[in-house]
Amino acid sequence: MQIYLPIAEVSVNAFLLLGLGGLVGILSGMFGVGGGFLMTPLLFFIGIPPAVAVATEANQIVASSFSGVLAHLRRKTVDLRMGTVLLVGGLIGAAVGVVIFNYLKSLGQVDLLVRLCYVVFLGVIGGMMFFESLRAIRNTRSGKPPKRKKHNWIHGLPLKMRFRTSGLYISVIPPVLVGIAVGILAAIMGVGGGFIMVPAMIYLLGMPTKVVVGTSLFQIIFVTAFTTLLHATTNFTVDIALAVLLLVGGVIGAQIGTTIGTRMKAEQLRILLAIMVLAVCAKLALDLLLTPSEIYSIGDAGGH
Amino acid sequence: MRRAIACLMLVLCAMPARAEEVVLGLSKDQVAITATFDGSEILVFGAVKREAPIPAEPLDAIVAIAGPDKPLIVRRKERRFGIWVNIDAVEIDYAPSFYAVATTGPFQRVLSNVEDLRHKVSIPQAIRSVGAPSSIRDAQAFTDAVIRIRKKNGAYKVEEGAVALDQETLFRTSISMPANLTEGDYETRIFLTRGGRVVTVYETTIDVRKVGLERWLFNMSREEPLMYGLMSLAIAIAAGWGASAAFRMLRQN
Repeated sequence: MQIYLPIAEVSVNAFLLLGLGGLVGILSGMFGVGGGFLMTPLLFFIGIPPAVAVATEANQIVASSFSGVLAHLRRKTVDLRMGTVLLVGGLIGAAVGVVIFNYLKSLGQVDLLVRLCYVVFLGVIGGMMFFESLRAIRNTRSGKPPKRKKHNWIHGLPLKMRFRTSGLYISVIPPVLVGIAVGILAAIMGVGGGFIMVPAMIYLLGMPTKVVVGTSLFQIIFVTAFTTLLHATTNFTVDIALAVLLLVGGVIGAQIGTTIGTRMKAEQLRILLAIMVLAVCAKLALDLLLTPSEIYSIGDAGGH
Repeated sequence: MRRAIACLMLVLCAMPARAEEVVLGLSKDQVAITATFDGSEILVFGAVKREAPIPAEPLDAIVAIAGPDKPLIVRRKERRFGIWVNIDAVEIDYAPSFYAVATTGPFQRVLSNVEDLRHKVSIPQAIRSVGAPSSIRDAQAFTDAVIRIRKKNGAYKVEEGAVALDQETLFRTSISMPANLTEGDYETRIFLTRGGRVVTVYETTIDVRKVGLERWLFNMSREEPLMYGLMSLAIAIAAGWGASAAFRMLRQN
């Protein structure tokens, strides 16, 4: 069934969009990522103009994250306190990131920078997670006890706060810094930042994997809601018809994803996320390295 | 008096622009874009009205439909330090979002180059680019790229021999418009030619408009962007909550 999208001004197959939304929703519920880094390229591929794809994607992520968070709240795997601290950092970071983004845009080549950012970050994070979780799986197989949490310099910082759900008693400085860093990157790369936030929470803050997913989704809701409003009021590029089709699939997918996620072991979850991140990274790297079939591209004059 | 009228008739008949005229019919002069819009087929038909005998030279007809113009930027990638990067960019001042030309025969025979230049009928003539920076020597390659890419996705097409002409009087063709139409006035031109020269031109417009829900959403997104944004968020939150509640009920049963 073809549907004409009023803002994107293209006609697309409704079932294809429902399917895409569902697929990305499952990943979102399982891993706590918004899925923007997967969905946006997919939307480009089916012919949605880039500006509309990015803005509408943010709206769809609000829905699937909200659906996912509700599922996690029932299982008490959302650290609201940690989420709020990260969110505060994230919003500060996003504001700084927008300034940096506009500066880079005035220099030109921001497109290339975003792509390189993606490749480097996805590659590094994916690689690190992959080897770490591989080691963890091997350790549990051979019956070795998991390593005790290290007591490092992070625990010596002031302004300590108790995060009961995560079982942590640490200073608020590292979470705020992580939030700011992710916020900056998210604004520059135009994504919710889940795929950077999740590994940062696991490895830098030492949060349990189960809590990380729900907490990440919690803060993604606010970041993407803000992005949606910004795009709707400045660029007029949010396509509500496209968003509805994607989010119907997305919210159902998120529920299924959460169920799958809670039944899996933490290190299995991590290794799957790592593989997915590495696959996206490889695809982007190949786009940069291989000779494209069409070296010319058409863009709107004035827009980006 | 009689002689004067006869003279006048003779003059009128000899005037090339008046000798033959197009009487046009369109299967529809409005295309309504609804939510389930899936492309449209427009039947263009008509007759040639003439008050003089048919000249010896054979008649040809060209139907051209052009969508609204839009400026574009065409970028070209080049390999730098091992990776493919957008380097050169050329601004195209205007290029129609849709362009279809149908003729009775091979384009070269139906229309001479001079007449093509004058009336801008062929696809390369319909695109105008003057803003190429002096550093780019092969600006034409960028225009060619627009044509190549748009021909590939069906936005531009040339259909030679698609216009049927009966007894040099009745002509008809059907032009299919893709689902990805932009709103606007679609300028429709019908040319009658003899020996590559344009005998007469007839112009009309086909109105392509969003209607119903499409219209309402589009207007709202432009006129009340904040409300539109909040509505999008409300739908997202409601859908998220709805799915969560539905799954909880499913699990309890």
